[in-house]
Amino acid sequence: MAELLLRVEKLVRRFGGIIATDHVTLDVPQGELHAIIGPNGAGKTTLISQLTGHLMPHSGSIYLGGRDISRLPAYRRSALGLARSFQITCLLPDFTAADNVALAAQAREGHSFRFFADARKERALREAAMNALARVGLSDRANVVVSRLSHGEQRELELAVALATRPQLLLLDEPMAGLGVTESARMVKLLQELRKEVTIVLVEHDMEAVFALADRISVLVYGRVIASGTPDTIRQNDEVKRAYLGDQHVVVRHG
Amino acid sequence: MKSALQVRSVVSALLVAGLLLLPLYSSLTGNIFVLTMFTRIVILALAAASLNLIMGYGGMMSFGHAAYLGIGGYAVGMLAQEGIGSGFIQFPVALAASAIFALVIGALSLRTRGVYFIMITLAFAQMAYYVASGLARYGGDDGLTIYKRSDFAGLINLSNRVQFYYLCLACLLLVLFLIWRIVNSRFGMVVQGLRSNEQRMRAIGFPGTRYRLVCFVIAGTMCGLSGALLANNTDFVSPAVMYWTRSGDLMVMVILGGMGTLFGPVLGAVVYLLLEELLSQITEYWAIIMGPLLLLIVLFGRGGIMGVLGRFSRG
Repeated sequence: MAELLLRVEKLVRRFGGIIATDHVTLDVPQGELHAIIGPNGAGKTTLISQLTGHLMPHSGSIYLGGRDISRLPAYRRSALGLARSFQITCLLPDFTAADNVALAAQAREGHSFRFFADARKERALREAAMNALARVGLSDRANVVVSRLSHGEQRELELAVALATRPQLLLLDEPMAGLGVTESARMVKLLQELRKEVTIVLVEHDMEAVFALADRISVLVYGRVIASGTPDTIRQNDEVKRAYLGDQHVVVRHG
Repeated sequence: MKSALQVRSVVSALLVAGLLLLPLYSSLTGNIFVLTMFTRIVILALAAASLNLIMGYGGMMSFGHAAYLGIGGYAVGMLAQEGIGSGFIQFPVALAASAIFALVIGALSLRTRGVYFIMITLAFAQMAYYVASGLARYGGDDGLTIYKRSDFAGLINLSNRVQFYYLCLACLLLVLFLIWRIVNSRFGMVVQGLRSNEQRMRAIGFPGTRYRLVCFVIAGTMCGLSGALLANNTDFVSPAVMYWTRSGDLMVMVILGGMGTLFGPVLGAVVYLLLEELLSQITEYWAIIMGPLLLLIVLFGRGGIMGVLGRFSRG
């Protein structure tokens, strides 16, 4: 088995009386595409937000490549090679697509306290930006302002921005959200490509996509991981079937 | 889009050309008043341009920017009072004092956003105002008269109207040049990115507050230069230059001219101060006309004069 890249141990996060993340333990080896699924309100986004540092856990730890990152702020985690895309599109709306990606490439190169040279004329940044845009098929939209891009294009741009930070681990929070059928198919194809280079944790509702892409799947229900394994074992798992096929009260009684 | 840029560039170029040629006009017509008035306009345009750096490009709505006018001015005035007349000491001290003040209030106020940031910057500026009012040795409430303008060892004579005007204009153009470079630099991209979407910037690895603070200090320092020039221009500095209505004037100049455009604040300062001058000749209640006029511009001319010029040329 490959080296562990991400290790989550007994993570707990509460919101008032609700336990949104209930002792979640997760191992993601290098090179894996690990999907996290679960019904609405299962705490998937809460979990992702704790991994990226946008939300602090109440207890438990997160290790990236053996290093404890549980208490680091988001920008430090990003510098260590953790990138995310947001469930709700989160870009710089008044910047062009190329500028959005170039800024991500710039973040990769240490501090930005450079006051004089024109950043848009730096070849290294522009090339990095164009490469990332080419990867997601947005080359011809490079100079379009983000607010004028279609929703599907914005989702792809999210991915390009994440890629431009040259991450070790990519956390994708519902990349297919709101995409049409053809756009979804394009996104699946794109993720097929990306998984060859980078470890991915994918949160997604689109089951077809998840079972097509994932090496392993963890199922989250009411903040707990009820099952974790290859797509085949998950498909056979009775508890998952009950939780996922709309029969949630069974699980409530069960737990 | 392209033609919009062109119209703006033409207007900006005309503006600079006009400012450069103004002393010529003044000497040909013997109109000294216009030169004095434009010296003040140029100095305040510099202050507005510095405010635009944080407000227009950085999205930091500082309502206390006039504080630096006072700090720069008092640095000159207090040193002159103590017998240190050299501009080579006065000006660096004015800039350094402004930078330190900006660093302190920036470090405290940049933890907040939105209305709270506006209120905190306002509160700090008012504090500076009351501190200056309490400086009995330096005139307190009544202000401090400066008997001798900054001395630059014969290099330039600040008491000569034309020389002083060109010094102020040179400072303005230098500051505009620096802002232009900063805005397009890596640093400037980060600051503008933070204005656009802070969460996104943190997610790709930028610690936002650090960049904002540096930008805040740069703008404060630039405005300190304006303050030092202003004190020389009036031969006088008083707490009134730091009063909150002064900060409001600077904000109006920036919004009127066009936030986040390089020459907008200069245009805004020229239009605002000329209007003030003209209207006050017509009636002593000039503010009654000025107020609604500004309202109209803000309501219908989004993006200020530069915004209107942009739309105008797009047809």
